[in-house]
Amino acid sequence: MHEEVIMSGTGGQGIMIMGQILAHAAMTEGRHVVWFPSYGPEARGGTADCTVIVSTDEIGSPISAHPDTLVGMHQFLFNRYQPIVKIGGRLIVNTSLIDPATVRTDCDVVMVPANVLAEEIGNVRAANMVMLGVYVASTGVVSVESVLASLPEVFPSHRHKLIPLNESALRKGAELVRG
Amino acid sequence: MGKRILMKGNEAVVHGAIAAQCRAFFGYPITPQNEVPEYMSKCMPEVGGVFLQAESEIAAINMVYGAACVGVRAMTSSSSPGISLKMEGISYIAGAQLPCVIVNVQRGGPGLGNIAPAQSDYFQAVKGGGHGDYKLLTIAPWSVQEMFEHAALAFDLADRYRNPAMILSDAIVGQMLEPIEIPDCVDTDIPAKPWATTGASGRSRNILTSLYIVPEDLERINLKIQAKYAAASLREVRYQEFDVEDADLVLVAYGSTARICRTSMTMARKKGLKVGLFRPISLFPFPSARLAELARLGKQFLTVEMSAGQMVEDVRLAVNGVSTVDFYGRLGGMVPGPVEILDQAGLSLERMHPKSYTVGARFGMVGSGE
Repeated sequence: MHEEVIMSGTGGQGIMIMGQILAHAAMTEGRHVVWFPSYGPEARGGTADCTVIVSTDEIGSPISAHPDTLVGMHQFLFNRYQPIVKIGGRLIVNTSLIDPATVRTDCDVVMVPANVLAEEIGNVRAANMVMLGVYVASTGVVSVESVLASLPEVFPSHRHKLIPLNESALRKGAELVRG
Repeated sequence: MGKRILMKGNEAVVHGAIAAQCRAFFGYPITPQNEVPEYMSKCMPEVGGVFLQAESEIAAINMVYGAACVGVRAMTSSSSPGISLKMEGISYIAGAQLPCVIVNVQRGGPGLGNIAPAQSDYFQAVKGGGHGDYKLLTIAPWSVQEMFEHAALAFDLADRYRNPAMILSDAIVGQMLEPIEIPDCVDTDIPAKPWATTGASGRSRNILTSLYIVPEDLERINLKIQAKYAAASLREVRYQEFDVEDADLVLVAYGSTARICRTSMTMARKKGLKVGLFRPISLFPFPSARLAELARLGKQFLTVEMSAGQMVEDVRLAVNGVSTVDFYGRLGGMVPGPVEILDQAGLSLERMHPKSYTVGARFGMVGSGE
């Protein structure tokens, strides 16, 4: 098993923590894993993406030139990374901020109105966890349970009050895939 | 060994340094190494050490100079533009023959450049950087685990040769998260420091300086410093090889680029291309003797760097015309991908071994569905 995913969006959408939670869950399942961030100097509104590689083997390159999956949270970086996704790869698209008409058709595409779904459970800022739930349930790279168990490990203790919201967003995303 | 912890390289080097009895850190913020002072500010007080955010990089390196004088294991960290600012102080520390550790989490240059990964500070690290005939004992980690382990190695080297040591990292190794295992105790060798300026009561005065007005004196000091480098060149060469024995082409790369090359090498082997990887761990002293030996065995080389071609000069000096040394580099914060390097390896093999390799060079995976 070897999965390379790029999670991309804009500063403030929680792109980095999505990847860190996935990386932590992969580690607890005994996988090799690398997480690598890339971002502009802006705290909000700039570009933000991270690469996560999960593998049963030791990982060489920590960067992915041709990811298996792209999780797109925002149109700008989605446009940049979409062309390098492998043919037959997977695109998980936040249709709240990405125009479905711009999405490649030679990949396995999952359309998710993540901002709308996050608002339904009470906070648009949980859109990242909705997307992570969709990602995990549709790839099976790690179990949803491992991701849920990683939340208190990755969130700093002063953010633990937000765990219930993030849990329900993750479950909502996963349920969307499972139907 | 302890349990696996997910950690950034920049955090691992802090834990490594503290485990190696580093008890003084002086720094100034700059991306992509800000996690180093951040974690230092948290961890140093817990062990009774000194953390100080100086008013500038220049102040920070001179505080390291002062701390090193009293025999404390002292460290600073920065990224490329900040390391340039430290150069005067580093030269003074080397001139006064003092141990310390400097971490450079390299970013794109020249000038203010950008905050993306680069390896364009190689010359500055291994050839001196500041003024005068000195060098830094330079090591290049390629994983978060090694960011931890190289901290103790760098302090041991610095103490052994009374010379500053540099951990030459980059924005990838510094910022990536990987699981690491932190051992319960770290093997480190802190020698007695009878030269330290710890108060002269009951002994003769110790003087630490880089100022020697009389040329005969300064030449004597310089010869002593050069003798240390000659000794280090015999004892402190470190490198790692992967599938070099039967290789027609050996990739030569350090740090994060070596990680990427390792993936390229695996891809090449699957396609039947005899590609190996040689990874210098110590950049000064450079593993020249082993590269010369490989050249004599008929190996050809492709050096890959995130620079316009810096380490390749040391590879060419080592090979000394005995075989071919190609170069591939990306600049300004651009990172070469595994397939991109595989393409270059194919081109080198075709050129170097036209009879054995007519592979049609390009393996680009975009559109191939692989």
